Amino acid sequence: MLSHIRTMWLVFVHLFHKKATIQYPEEKIKLHPRYKGRIVLTKDPDGGERCVGCYLCAAACPVDCIALQAAEDENGRRYPEFFRINFSRCIFCGYCEEACPTYAIQLIPDFEMADYNRQNLVFEKEDLLIDSQGKYPGYNFYKVAGVAMGVKEKGEGDSEESPVDIHALLP
Amino acid sequence: MQHIWIAPGLITVPQHIWIVLGILFVLLNIAAGLIWVERRLLALWQDRLGPNRAGPLGILIVLADTLKLFFKEDWIPPFADKWLFIAAPAIVVGSVLMSFVIIPFAPHIVVADLNIGLLFFLAMSSLGVYSIVLGGWASNNKYSLLGALRGASQMIAYEVFMGLSLMGVVMLTGSFSLGDIVAAQKHTWFILTQPLGFIIFFIAGIAETHRLPFDIPEAESELIAGYHAEYSGMKFGMFFIGEYLGITLISAMTATIFFGGWLGPSFLPPWAWFFLKTFLFIGLFILLRASLPRPRYDQLIGYGWKVLLPVVLGNLLITGAIALWLKK
Repeated sequence: MLSHIRTMWLVFVHLFHKKATIQYPEEKIKLHPRYKGRIVLTKDPDGGERCVGCYLCAAACPVDCIALQAAEDENGRRYPEFFRINFSRCIFCGYCEEACPTYAIQLIPDFEMADYNRQNLVFEKEDLLIDSQGKYPGYNFYKVAGVAMGVKEKGEGDSEESPVDIHALLP
Repeated sequence: MQHIWIAPGLITVPQHIWIVLGILFVLLNIAAGLIWVERRLLALWQDRLGPNRAGPLGILIVLADTLKLFFKEDWIPPFADKWLFIAAPAIVVGSVLMSFVIIPFAPHIVVADLNIGLLFFLAMSSLGVYSIVLGGWASNNKYSLLGALRGASQMIAYEVFMGLSLMGVVMLTGSFSLGDIVAAQKHTWFILTQPLGFIIFFIAGIAETHRLPFDIPEAESELIAGYHAEYSGMKFGMFFIGEYLGITLISAMTATIFFGGWLGPSFLPPWAWFFLKTFLFIGLFILLRASLPRPRYDQLIGYGWKVLLPVVLGNLLITGAIALWLKK
């Protein structure tokens, strides 16, 4: 009986405790920089698309919400002809970001993308591309790739030496 | 029957009709408003805020909830006993509203000051259990039937000591009329002379309104919703209103019988004192819901018969002895 009264008192005292509720639209929770929210496609420092259309994100996606078609421009540089993410399927697992070899696809701290129309949740490339380098500023895949990529010859990248003439190494 | 505290011929027939309608209006609004009160208070006690969006402080949640209940499909299961199924929710609201007839809200505001007031209250409020038993039976669903069975078993547990717990007050007053009981508390409230009676009556009251911790026939966690599992729409709403009216009834009765009813210092009008006291007990009801776990139904029966009944009989014996001794 006494423990019941003690319980009631302890519950009553909660009236004066700080409330755990965050009043959402007015008051927002702090999202950390690596929060896995909306997916974006980032650009390299030169303003070019980072995506090389390798399909690894689409292959890694457990719910198959990513669709793309790779293409090559006149310089031989690969880019996605279309890039489509169906956010009504996306589970924000971040596997696409982990799979991406060029840091192109990234998850950003934003989750406010509810919509009344399902079709509005299918984001096309122009919706996904942002004018930013995202979490990896200064990274340019083509500048550090060791192979000839159409846009650059061997040895023309950053901190890369010109290829050695192997015939010159002969004794 | 006329009493000293109502001057004869003071209330005319039209006035009386206004009192009846006014009490009905206020009670139904309180019962609906308790939706909001309960949700806000429970939330505050659980470190949340509760519904605070619609209207000032979220009070319009009452309107939203009521409209929602009205527009829900009013479904009667094909396997149910149709007429009993419809009658059950009406019985609970009807019986509780009938009990309010004898409560003096303020000096002249009472529907009928019967000379058997307390007995009338006990009789009417016990009829409420029919709605549980009939509702559970008519639903023709095993969970509902289990709820109804528990309702019946709970009735055996509390009904015994509920009436007896009030008899100490009746002894001291010498009348069953609530008007006389309030008048007898002019100098000392009965909480001071009958503390045991108060505690036991309040426990019985919780059991009678089927509120937590004694919501054994409802038992959301075991019986889904017990006797009203098959109900929807406004029929479910009637059970809901009946429950909140029941809380108000028990709170009002506790305030009237043990806490001096509308008596109080004159800086507030009598009706304000009455509602203040009633709302304190409504708050206590909600606090009980927030804090205590539900016992098994056999525990409640055992506790009622083995502990509370002897205690209430002892209380009666001692009260009677003291009353006789004081008389001599």
